[in-house]
Formats: sequence, C-alpha cells, structure tokens
Amino acid sequence: MDLLANEKSLIEKIAQKDKETIERIYRDNFHMIRAMVISNSGSADDAADIFQETMIVLFEKSKMEDFELNCQLKTFLYSIARRLWLKKLQQSNRFFSTDEKDEEIIAVEDDLEYHEKQNRDFSIMETALGKIGEPCKSLLEAYYLQKKPMLQIAADFGYTNADNAKTQKYKCLVRLKKLFFQQYKSE
Amino acid sequence: MEDTLLMDAVERFINGEMSKEEEIYFSDLRKKNPELDQTVVEQIFFLNELEKFADSKLFRQELTDTENNLTREGLVSRSAYSHKSKVVFLWQRYRKMVAVAASIAGIVSLVIFSLLTIISPNKQTNIKPLVDKLHQQENKTLQIERKVNQLEAEKAETKPRLHVAAKFRATGFMIDASRNYLVTNAHVVQEARNQLVVENMNSEQFEAHAVYVNPATDMAILQITDENFEKLPSYPYSIKRSQPELGDQVYMLGYPKQEIVYGEGYVSARNGYQMDSTYFQLNTAANEGTSGSPVINRQGELVGIISSMETGAEGVVYAIKPDYLFSAIDEVKKMEGHEKIKITAAPSLRGVDRVSAIKKVDNYVFMIKGN
Repeated sequence: MDLLANEKSLIEKIAQKDKETIERIYRDNFHMIRAMVISNSGSADDAADIFQETMIVLFEKSKMEDFELNCQLKTFLYSIARRLWLKKLQQSNRFFSTDEKDEEIIAVEDDLEYHEKQNRDFSIMETALGKIGEPCKSLLEAYYLQKKPMLQIAADFGYTNADNAKTQKYKCLVRLKKLFFQQYKSE
Repeated sequence: MEDTLLMDAVERFINGEMSKEEEIYFSDLRKKNPELDQTVVEQIFFLNELEKFADSKLFRQELTDTENNLTREGLVSRSAYSHKSKVVFLWQRYRKMVAVAASIAGIVSLVIFSLLTIISPNKQTNIKPLVDKLHQQENKTLQIERKVNQLEAEKAETKPRLHVAAKFRATGFMIDASRNYLVTNAHVVQEARNQLVVENMNSEQFEAHAVYVNPATDMAILQITDENFEKLPSYPYSIKRSQPELGDQVYMLGYPKQEIVYGEGYVSARNGYQMDSTYFQLNTAANEGTSGSPVINRQGELVGIISSMETGAEGVVYAIKPDYLFSAIDEVKKMEGHEKIKITAAPSLRGVDRVSAIKKVDNYVFMIKGN
C-alpha cells in the first residue's frame, strides 16, 4: 500500500513537471527499458528515444483527472515502452524476440491510442507556430512557453506599453488559430 | 465583436478573470447569438489545445535536460551524431566562472545524494566512490577559485580604470562614430543582467548602455556613455542595401578570444535556419564570442551581422541581413535623445588590399562584455 501511495504522489509530481521526480523515474527505470530495447535489435539511441516517449505518455496520463495507476509504475512504464518499441519494429520489418524473462505486462492499447492523438495535436500546433512568422512566434512563445509577464514582453519586443503588446498577442492568436484549424480540420 | 477582442474575452473567461457581471453578460451574449457562441466554443477549444501544447513542450524540455544530465553521468548514452541540429548563439561564456559554479553545484548535489544513500541502507555500495569524488571536486574547485582570483588580481593591477569582471564575451562594431553607437545582437545584451561594457583592442573598457533591443530580429544598438572614450573618425565601410548574393566572398572580424580574429567565408544561402528570412547563411568557421561580428564583402561593404550557428552541421553560420540594421536605426531615431543617430559610413575600402583594409576596420570592432 505504501508503494502505491508513494507512486501516486510521483504521478502528481509528474503532472507538475517536477525535475527531481523526472530524474528519479529515469534512474529507477531506464536500465530496464534500455535492456528491453537493446536485446530486441535496438540501439542506444532507440532506447533513449523510447524512454522519452514513454515518459511523455506517462505525463499525458498524469494530466487526466480520472487516471489511476492500477499496477506498479515500473510495470506501466515497461508495458508502454514495450508496445512503442514493438510498433517501431513492425514499421521497419524487424521482430521482437519472444524470450522475455518474467516482466509483468499490462494491456496499454487504449493508452497508446490516446497518446497518438495527443502527438498529432502537438505536431499540428508546432507546425502552425512554425508557419506564423515573426514577431508572432517569439511573442507567443514568450507568453505561453516562457511564461513571461506582459510588461516584460512589451519591453523586450519594443512595445510602448503592455496593452499594445496584448493587442499584438491577440492578433497573433487569431492568426495561429486559423493556421491550426486549417490543419486540424483536414486531418 | 472583433475576433481579437473576443479572443481576449475568451481567455479571461477560461482563466476565471472575469467579474461576476461580465461573466453574466458574456454568457447572455452567447445564448442570444449562436454564431458568436460557435466562435467562442472554437476559441476555447483552441486555447486549451495551445495550453496543452505549451505544457507538453515544457515537459519535453525537462526530459531533454534530465537526459543530458544523465548522459554526462553515463547513465544514458547516445551516439554522437544522433542529436538533431539546432541553432546556438555565438557568445562566449567565461568557462572559469562557470566551472566554479558548476562544481559547487555538483558538490551540493553530491552531498545531498550521499546523505540520501547513507540513509537508504540498500544502496551502501555507492558511498565510497562518491565521497572520493567529493574530495577531488573540492580540490579542483579550490584550485580554480584560486586561479580565478589570481587572474582577476592581475587584471585589476594593470587597469586602474573601469574594470568589470565579465561573465560573457561577444563582438560589436561602431555604426555611428560621431555619437558612439554600436551594433551587436539582442541575445548578447540580454545576457547582461547587471552591467554592460565595451572593450577595445587594448583591453580598455568603457561603460555602455543598450538603446535598442529587439529579440525578434536579434538586433541591439548600444551607446558608449563613458567620458573616457575618445571618438573615432568615421569608419571606412559602407552598408550594402541589396540582398546578399550567393557566393559573395566575405570576411569577418570578431572576438572568439581576447584578441581580434580574422575569418573568411562565403554566402551559401539567402535565408536562415528553417527559412527564416531575417538571416542569411554563411559558410565559415565561427566560434563562440563572434556573435555581433561584422560581415564584410570584397567591396568593403557590410553585408551582415553574425548571430548564430547550426550545431551538427559543419560551418553553417547565420548572419542578420542589413535591412534589419536599417530598421533598427529608424526605430532608434524615434526615441527621445537619440534622434540624431546616423550611419556614418565612408566607402573608402574599395580597391584597398585586404591587409590594409583590416587595419582600417579593426579599430571599429569591439568586445562586448558584461555580467
């Protein structure tokens, strides 16, 4: 019970993008997943990529209100990573050896379907931001990614006051929205 | 209602920043006007998507940071060439200072880590090597600290005038010699949290202030405000107004070290990283510290300002097009007290051989330092 309660708080911290928790999960689980990838014709780079993507899946799940971990975190991560790697192997016509020792595995198909949708949304927004041009891109990034206050953004971008910067920000948002939906609706 | 105004309202609505009355008015408006309601629904969806995107992006950055840390430690490994290329700025951070700070941080985390390992009994094997490392680290830190103090003391002796212990170094050059305006990169100026100085070839430092900083074009204009600074005669290069020509042979003067360094290259593409039209691409070897260096062609015309380079690609360097220098000057002209800024160019480098040209130009290229 203690372990589960502990892991529950880990997941809450992941939702908050807590640095130490990310590092801890890396330390505790990377070797296991690396071994799985490498013993199934993957490289060190593949292992690092798969682990990152597994962490993103965990992050997305942690953001869902009704997410509950019904197994050990280790099992969840292993199952996700395994499924992700299986898919990669299938795409390149390589095969997964069936000789897995005694790792527990749970069904994660739904989780990954959700993840693929999230990934699509992410890349649509990223493409839209890439197309929007300057100063919009930097301005929106300053506000939404770097979380800078409007007053500082006004100073950095040479607007005379925060209101002007705000107006510009909304103009950029409207443009971004157009680009986003063009892509989103066509998919 | 205009789309931008609506966006403002919707964002405040999502963030719960509306007053009670405004909220009632807003929902009333939506009920009465289905078309508007449709737009609001769309905007809420879009803003949530953007929020989600930002969140995921930040998490991905944390992941990359963690992976990099653990790579240094040897826990994660990647082959050297797998990293995607990215653009890095070319200022030089002073390693000595950074090394001290980094090893102090290292000690702190090692102490904490060894405390943790002492407390958790199942990891006892880790204690010894870590403690050893700690002593080594400590010694190294002391040595480095001593060296830094020594260096600083030496410098302080030779210079009775202004001397700033700099955290970074980059390059800048004179654009208005009669009023002492210089050009450099916005990312250089933004690196200076406390103080900004301009240093000439003789290691004399002069106080300077940022007049204009535009991160969108990476342009910054400084003015030397130090009374000790002796004005230079108008400088000998002119500024090219047309677009960069592919294959144009160019040279650069900058400060990748505490001494001016000459470099050569050619214009290899008309746009920058990911087709960014603010920049053009050079093929040359550029190093940290050359941010803000002037790029000059055979006719002695200034054709660009070095800004960044692409990692993972050999010799791909990006320079800002002169258009953005002109527009920066126009902006500065509008500022109170700076109306007189003028590009004081004289095209006297045409037909002058390279060595004599450099002798004329190097006086106008400065180190930009700060902390």
